[in-house]
Amino acid sequence: MSEPITRIKTPVRLEYKMYPGTHYSMYLRALAEGRIIGGRCSQTRKVYVPPRGASPISGLPTDEIVSVKDEGVLTTFCVIRIAFPGQKMTPPYCFGAIVLDGADLPIYHLIGNIPYEEVRMGMRVRAKWKPQDQWGPSLESIEFFEPTGDADAAFESYSEHL
Amino acid sequence: MTQSIAIVSVAQLPSIRRNQTQDEPELVQPVVTEAMSKVGLTQRDIGFTCSGSSDYLVGRPFSFVAAVDGLVTWPPIRESHVEMDGAWALFEAYIRLLHGDIDTALVFAFGKSSLGPIPDVMNVQNDPYYVQPLNLDSISSAALQARAMIDAGKATERDFAEIAVRNRRNAKGNPNAQVKGDFDVEAILREPSISSPIRRSFCPPLSDSCVAVVLARGDRAKQLCKRPAFIRGIDHRIEPYSLGVRDLTTSVSTRLAAEKVGVNAKKNDIAEIHAPFAHQEILIKEALGLDASVDINPSGGALAANPIMATGLLRFIEASTRIHDGSANRAIVHATSGTTLQQNLVAVLEGE
Repeated sequence: MSEPITRIKTPVRLEYKMYPGTHYSMYLRALAEGRIIGGRCSQTRKVYVPPRGASPISGLPTDEIVSVKDEGVLTTFCVIRIAFPGQKMTPPYCFGAIVLDGADLPIYHLIGNIPYEEVRMGMRVRAKWKPQDQWGPSLESIEFFEPTGDADAAFESYSEHL
Repeated sequence: MTQSIAIVSVAQLPSIRRNQTQDEPELVQPVVTEAMSKVGLTQRDIGFTCSGSSDYLVGRPFSFVAAVDGLVTWPPIRESHVEMDGAWALFEAYIRLLHGDIDTALVFAFGKSSLGPIPDVMNVQNDPYYVQPLNLDSISSAALQARAMIDAGKATERDFAEIAVRNRRNAKGNPNAQVKGDFDVEAILREPSISSPIRRSFCPPLSDSCVAVVLARGDRAKQLCKRPAFIRGIDHRIEPYSLGVRDLTTSVSTRLAAEKVGVNAKKNDIAEIHAPFAHQEILIKEALGLDASVDINPSGGALAANPIMATGLLRFIEASTRIHDGSANRAIVHATSGTTLQQNLVAVLEGE
């Protein structure tokens, strides 16, 4: 008798187009110009980065577009030491949540230019932009966030964002 | 009936071929806001929220969670999702309202059919071992069914063409429809086959849209709406997964659901049938047991506007609109999900 078939391969390939939407498009275009923008909720005055189609509290589009600074507070982070399929970077690397000055919601980016054992919550960080000819409609216009050297932020100042 | 539950408000974006400006929250926010504000409600007045969509359409995981970003979600809300047409989200909301502790629900569905290769995407819902490797796209499986109907003497290609023409003529009165106008049966029959006997005009358009419904229970329904569309019955049934063990020329699940909800207990004015392919209208009409007096798809149906995953909920919207405005007293709603009419839902709506 022939060997029983225990496994088959059935590859699936589907290709999609993505449209990021009006609010996200504004954010991506700003990144191509070396700026980071957010959208302010007209009711709560909170600034969401990126701007959103709806504020979770008022339900209204965050249509008042404001620039936020490219530096802020690292609220939390993790060091990735494990390889996984599809991984773009070689471990170890550090990924963090950063509340930019003027924003009420963190963005996520790489943390660099510091030994990982020294990375800490509350550390002040600033964007290290790539050379201008490498800017595009992507957060990859920023290489990583690096320490500013300023004093750490007090826990109470960012505890809402954890 | 103490537990009568009704559709009290509806909203929809026009169905268009390609919406490049609105992501999930931007699609959802204006539509749910309109549906609620028409009856003076906000998210805080809603007892339960349920949505229907499929991440496979958009091609990214948690697209349905992104859609929730279009809602007011703080303070936290009670919310659920079905990876199915929004008609099943309405079913879940209906059941939730039957619990009796809440009296309003918001249901929405969005379809972005413009992003991926839809006929091939639909193959992913087939059996992964025996069917998916055959690349049984949705047009080919519809063609198997249409061919089986012709072979069984149940219909001709001319019947299919006449259904396509009638639906798109009806859609001329529907400002939200995508494909509408006066088409010619003879010209359709001269179209080349895509997958014999399916021609282009027998296929639904691919639409981007978002639709929403507000449900209310008992007295609340009458407070919110002058003429609520009461859901007198709602039922859904499913058939075997494998196409090979089904008789593709009948819709047993639709017939069972129709019996359970008492489709023909009274005179029906209209029926909104979710038949993506023209031949499927014949099967569903027969399974529902509708007589010739019933106006089928006054909106133009799925052949005129087809935001996949919202097309079934759209049938509820089109039917209840006609009950709200008094042009119909009793409407039959049908929605389908899965490959080639695998799963079917039937509901009866009535005005008072």
